[in-house]
Amino acid sequence: MNITTTISRMKHALLILCCLTQVALAQTKVTVKGSDTMVILAQKWAETYMASHKEVSIQVTGGGTGTGVAALQNNTTDLCNASRPLKAAEVLECVKAFKAKPAEHKVALDGLAVYVNSANPIKELTLAQLESIFTGKITNWKDVGGADGNITLYSRENSSGTYEFFKEHVLNKKDFAANAQTMPGTAAVLQAVAKDPAGIGYGGAAYGAGAKHLQIKKDASSNGVEPNEATVQSGEYPISRALFIYNNPGVEKGPIADYLAWIESDEGQKVVKDVGYFPLKK
Amino acid sequence: MPPATKSSSTIGWMGIKRGHRARPFEWLVEKGIWLVSMSAIVLVGLIFIFIGRESLPIFLGTEDSSHSFKVIKPEAAVSTSPEELAAYLEMTPKEIAELDAATLKLLLEVKAEAASSAPTDKDASIDTTSWRYLLKPHQWTGYDKPEYIWQPIGEIHKYNIVPLIVGSLKVTVVGLAFAVPLALLAAIYVSQLASPRTKEWLKPGIELLSGIPSVVIGTFALLALATLLQSLFGYQTRLNALVAGIALGISVIPLVFSIAEDALTSVPRSYTQAALALGASKWQAAWQIVLPAAVPGVFSAVALGFGRAIGETMIVLMVTSASVMSWSVFDGARSITATIAAEMAEAVAGGHHYRMLFMLGALLFVVTFITNMVADIVIHRLKARLEGKA
Repeated sequence: MNITTTISRMKHALLILCCLTQVALAQTKVTVKGSDTMVILAQKWAETYMASHKEVSIQVTGGGTGTGVAALQNNTTDLCNASRPLKAAEVLECVKAFKAKPAEHKVALDGLAVYVNSANPIKELTLAQLESIFTGKITNWKDVGGADGNITLYSRENSSGTYEFFKEHVLNKKDFAANAQTMPGTAAVLQAVAKDPAGIGYGGAAYGAGAKHLQIKKDASSNGVEPNEATVQSGEYPISRALFIYNNPGVEKGPIADYLAWIESDEGQKVVKDVGYFPLKK
Repeated sequence: MPPATKSSSTIGWMGIKRGHRARPFEWLVEKGIWLVSMSAIVLVGLIFIFIGRESLPIFLGTEDSSHSFKVIKPEAAVSTSPEELAAYLEMTPKEIAELDAATLKLLLEVKAEAASSAPTDKDASIDTTSWRYLLKPHQWTGYDKPEYIWQPIGEIHKYNIVPLIVGSLKVTVVGLAFAVPLALLAAIYVSQLASPRTKEWLKPGIELLSGIPSVVIGTFALLALATLLQSLFGYQTRLNALVAGIALGISVIPLVFSIAEDALTSVPRSYTQAALALGASKWQAAWQIVLPAAVPGVFSAVALGFGRAIGETMIVLMVTSASVMSWSVFDGARSITATIAAEMAEAVAGGHHYRMLFMLGALLFVVTFITNMVADIVIHRLKARLEGKA
């Protein structure tokens, strides 16, 4: 190979590289970061949206709600997925970073299911019973109407939004019993409960298939409610939450605003249903 | 150890003087290699400095997780000094000076909101990151007796590290109790008793174990071993320290085996031959002659096994993680490593939870460092005694 051919090849390579960057520049990049619970949903949104909007490229990463908020503050992400409303302290940091409160978009609903082993005769529990079970006050199934036997608790890692939500809304901010096994994901909780006749665990309704989930009663006198679209949308199911997207209101224009509007549209909400969460009430 | 052969006539500038002088190129390569080898040491030092820096506020007690602070009303922004505002909002006075009035008002409003959502119970004013709350039990609101609690997420951040230390030790002890006898007996068999043909496939067979990723061992323990052990022992908690310990043992066996086997094999063959000639059986020679002679190596195998076991993360994280304060192996456990791995992703950088996890990392570093050092000293003493120097 002589030098002239090498140079001409390098020229070609350079030319191709230039073209590629041109294409990349023509695309608007939107970065999304945050809640692990919402990663699958956000990816599906991005895929569906990019299929019809070739000019936008959307990058989705997880890491947790806290990580997403930190990225929002450092301006390293455009949108922040959050499986819980932001805390006042986090809003404060955002105000310091971009001199305005972050804009909040409610994008989907999620109901937390409580699972037990399919051999367990229990069908429903009240919120108060759940609190006593998960804080370790009730340790035997017979105290809640089941067979005589100890209860094994399966919980989530304390880095998960699900853990915080359950602690705040079911345990009324009390501590989980120390002997609650923390599992790395909802699937792991489900698997553990399926293997353990004495087990009880909680997780997103999206993963509910394959295990028996309990009907939840607000108090002893009300009826048990199954987590499904109607009960979650109406707020009748007691352990449900909204999923959010936060962003800097200053950048909410052009493609980012279009994308957010699309998520809240029928097309975007259909994706929510496909992934296994519950769409917003119309 | 033979005395070092040091004399200025044989070793000089740029290496050995005998024959040729080192060529400039060789000199360059030599220095390059020296740099590379130094970089490993420098890296360890840098890691330690990094961990130390991040965890320093905990060691010095300057981190404060208490919730008590006075609220400055948004209307009072003008009448408050910039220094006071800066301290209140955790910003520098310069940043405060650059803010416009509307933003400052917004900041104060949000801060007041944060203050109003702060917990009101009697524990809210406690600085839970002080050493008293890290190491001693405390009767928190809602508990009927003083307890060791690790619950970093919540209104009151409870950072008692004792359950984690107990968890780490519990799992490690079970792991070593399972792995060391098995690995040592296997090492004695392979190095002393097995026929060369058996040895040929048995040794690589056992060492193959070390190639199994810990995630795979963890999955196996989580799904199969846990069920098996529960049906054997009939205990209540399916995922407990026993399962984690045995899974940990499986991952430690090849390490202990390899080093112990090397130590046993390196005992001079003449020892065994002399014992056999004096009428000892093969087994007596192995047990009473070779094993005592190889004790320093065997000890270092166990010490390294301990280091590996206490530092292992994945297996323990997958199998059991309940920060329960109990020495029973039939209860759950949460190791220090698993805690760091599971919680670091969500800890706010620079916050007290983050610092606490780095403090745990530093603790682990110190423990393994001390273990290795003690092991080294003991090995040297044992060696000296065996060589008849002490």
